[in-house]
Amino acid sequence: MDPQLLQALKTTLGPEAVLHRPEELMLYEYDGSVEIARPNCVVFPRTTADVLAIVKLANQYQTPLVGRGAGTGLSGGALSRKGGILTVFSRMNRILEIDIENQRATVQPGVVNSDLSAAVTHAGLHFAPDPSSQKACTIGGNVSENSGGPHTLAYGVTTNHVLSLEAILPTGELIRIGSPALDSPGYDLLGLFVGSEGTLALITEITVKLTRLPEAVKTLLAIFETLDDATETVVDITARGITPAACEMLDGWTLRAVEAYVHAGFPLDCAAVLLLEVDGINETVLQHAEEVADICRAHHAREVRVARDTRERDLLWKGRKNAFGAVGRLSPTYYVQDGVIPRTKLPATLRRINEIGVKYGFQIGNIFHAGDGNLHPLILFDARDEAQFHGVVAAADEIIQYCIEMGGSITGEHGVGMEKDRLMPLLFSEAELDVMRRVRDAFNPQGLLNPEKIFPSKKGCGEIHVRPLPVVGASNA
Amino acid sequence: MNASAISASVTSRLNEIVGAANVASDFVQLATYEIDRKLPAAAVRPATCEEVAEIVKFAAAEKLALVATGARTKLGIGYAPSRYDLALDMTRLNKVIAYDPGDLTLSVEAGVPLAKLAQVLAEHRQFLPLALPFSAHTTVGGAVASGVDSPLRQYYGTARDFLLGMEFVTGEGVAAKSGGRVVKNVTGYDIHKLMIGALGTLGVITRVNFKTFPMPLGTHGFVARFPTPGSALDMRHRIAQSALTPLTMEITSPRVAELFASDAALRYERAPMLPNVISSSEWALSTGYAGNDRVRDRIAKDLQRMAEQSAATGFTILGENLPPAWARKREFIPIALASSPATTIVKISVLPMRIKDALAAAQKFAESNNLRWAAMARGVGIIYFAILPGDHTEDCRQHVATAASATQEACAKLAGHATIPWAPAEWKSTLQIWGPQRPDFAQMQKVKAVFDPQKTLSPGRFVGGI
Repeated sequence: MDPQLLQALKTTLGPEAVLHRPEELMLYEYDGSVEIARPNCVVFPRTTADVLAIVKLANQYQTPLVGRGAGTGLSGGALSRKGGILTVFSRMNRILEIDIENQRATVQPGVVNSDLSAAVTHAGLHFAPDPSSQKACTIGGNVSENSGGPHTLAYGVTTNHVLSLEAILPTGELIRIGSPALDSPGYDLLGLFVGSEGTLALITEITVKLTRLPEAVKTLLAIFETLDDATETVVDITARGITPAACEMLDGWTLRAVEAYVHAGFPLDCAAVLLLEVDGINETVLQHAEEVADICRAHHAREVRVARDTRERDLLWKGRKNAFGAVGRLSPTYYVQDGVIPRTKLPATLRRINEIGVKYGFQIGNIFHAGDGNLHPLILFDARDEAQFHGVVAAADEIIQYCIEMGGSITGEHGVGMEKDRLMPLLFSEAELDVMRRVRDAFNPQGLLNPEKIFPSKKGCGEIHVRPLPVVGASNA
Repeated sequence: MNASAISASVTSRLNEIVGAANVASDFVQLATYEIDRKLPAAAVRPATCEEVAEIVKFAAAEKLALVATGARTKLGIGYAPSRYDLALDMTRLNKVIAYDPGDLTLSVEAGVPLAKLAQVLAEHRQFLPLALPFSAHTTVGGAVASGVDSPLRQYYGTARDFLLGMEFVTGEGVAAKSGGRVVKNVTGYDIHKLMIGALGTLGVITRVNFKTFPMPLGTHGFVARFPTPGSALDMRHRIAQSALTPLTMEITSPRVAELFASDAALRYERAPMLPNVISSSEWALSTGYAGNDRVRDRIAKDLQRMAEQSAATGFTILGENLPPAWARKREFIPIALASSPATTIVKISVLPMRIKDALAAAQKFAESNNLRWAAMARGVGIIYFAILPGDHTEDCRQHVATAASATQEACAKLAGHATIPWAPAEWKSTLQIWGPQRPDFAQMQKVKAVFDPQKTLSPGRFVGGI
């Protein structure tokens, strides 16, 4: 890296806000995915003015620039694929304004997701998007990736909760889009920028909606002998006019792995469990919990457990929340896929995933947001074995291929990043990708910001890039 | 009326693309495509996305401007197109491509009427939460491109919250898509969100994928009446701070009772309004919920208590009279438009706690200009303030312009914004239809340059004359 640039960054931000030694940079070559890419330096801005100065220096030295929150992302979105300056927002972590009456909050991008909810609980509010990494991940990261979570079935994903952004374009323009009041006149730039995976702007301030906490919550766990029964239950719940707040499914193998770890009393011989949550006012919850339990039983649920209190509710969720950790005990590494299918295709898709596991010789556990058909197959493998590493990529690609054949998509909430850029041509024509590239180029004309993400290299669609071997790759969805 | 003219070679090429039967160029037919006194030189009715792409490509090459139309109920929104050569009538793209009730997904062509779609969905007890005005005619494409909202946004949000993907044709005639047909998806940029509410200035919407919703079983309506807007809004704030989650919540001004009982209202809903639901001397807060009888009783009890705390003068539970009342609430805009020869509708957006101040400002400026008015405020902070002048004179125009611009200034001071989606055509040039220039306008121009560099699509109609 240009020593003059390094010196300029240190002068502008202070020496304590710039990392550049190899042993320091190693910590920033990972995120939650299995990808690796090392930046040339890491900087920690404290203010919008700092970010502006960084962007101007990046322009002056024509150096790539990538934004990063907590680095919990699962698609390599916050990795510096072309080196350059990695801008970490962890010190821009102030909640700037909370407006309880209007249910709005304005935060810096480095505020941790669950910290915002904690700051407004006293008023009966929360920030609704709840990725499983919410105790670590930042709201800036959530905005960039349009993060989801288990409760997005009823509450929506991040884009449904963002009202306004202050951001700096890679050209050095400071912009403000959207407004705390609804329906800003003009194009929905907010809708474009949220979920643009850090390729259009560095976000410096975010105004979000705060959502009222429900009066009551009821959590149910239903145990099924077949996947088809579990899937039909999910469909039938909707047919009765109920949108559960959460609807998660674990397959039998995963459940056994979980039980060995958390000892929650899960049966060891079932095919699937559904973890269902209904919320609202007491009377609605009572009505819906009864109806959901009846629907589960009508579809041959062997058992329906209804949590009677918070302790029991936490116990039921413990299985879901610790599933990745439980699987992590069984394998040195696992790869999390993030396909989406129409949810009625769940049984067929799970059968196919199992076949793919057998074909490549991998154990695959299945945890998914069943209500919206978002699959998270966990492929267990040993990353120290190069052949296994290549095998796991091939198996994951085959799963995605099947999702697309089912009318689905390649990523439901983790993003394209550098993990799935080469898969984009499976969903979008060259003309369509070209339209999206031109949108990127309109805001990021030199491609300095987060280069080589989302879009496949133009070298040829069939080419699969070979990833470097990861040292570890455990992650958290 | 001004009509532009096109050459015989243009007509013959259009005939080639869609067949002569689907190209109209006689005055009587073209008159139905009028936008603010402007007529196109031809109206073309494509049947497929490929035909749309062909037409747009041809128009771009010939430097013809085109406006995509559906049921033509909302062409009055925004400025008149600066050029208007072709009307691109999308109503032949009228197929439901796929509907998978079990997956809660729907893919429809842009010309499908929402009313027809509602019937298809109702067979599976599902619906789209787009309770839009002009509901008898409006098409999917028009609903999306106009960005008009509905009472159901209180609970379900607007189209951007449940639109999953889209196919469109850019201003250069490139057919493209974004998003998908699954309910959760982060693959690629959400370009479809840019198209929502863009009045067709970025692309011609050809197909839309929606998430569908289970129809709530058992809906209940409640109306509380108040002497002042302040007390009605006090109840709004109590509801917002409670655990109740309304599907709809609107506050209406006294004159709305008069409008809803008028002949104009009967065009949209024939069933009569019961006299005790709203009154022409009071403000009203109307709100809807879903649930069984136990849920209804709980909500009724809470709402009645809140109404009393907010000094309501009356409280009604809507039973059989729910549908006529709700249909009128949905159709507030067309009813207001039909209630004066020069209705001008100011759409105000402010934070919920500022609704009261924004309403007071709009009321003050209307009354100081001797203008009749009626208002419907959604609980989320959107106010439709209808100015209802007695006639169409220059004197009226001046009063409306003064009142509207003062209201827009007042809203800006309240950290909100106000646009004028509907106004008499000949008054528009003296009004700030889209409000003052926004600081992010330069970014919007960048977007326009990507999708429609030659300004082929609906030129001049949208924000900043884009």
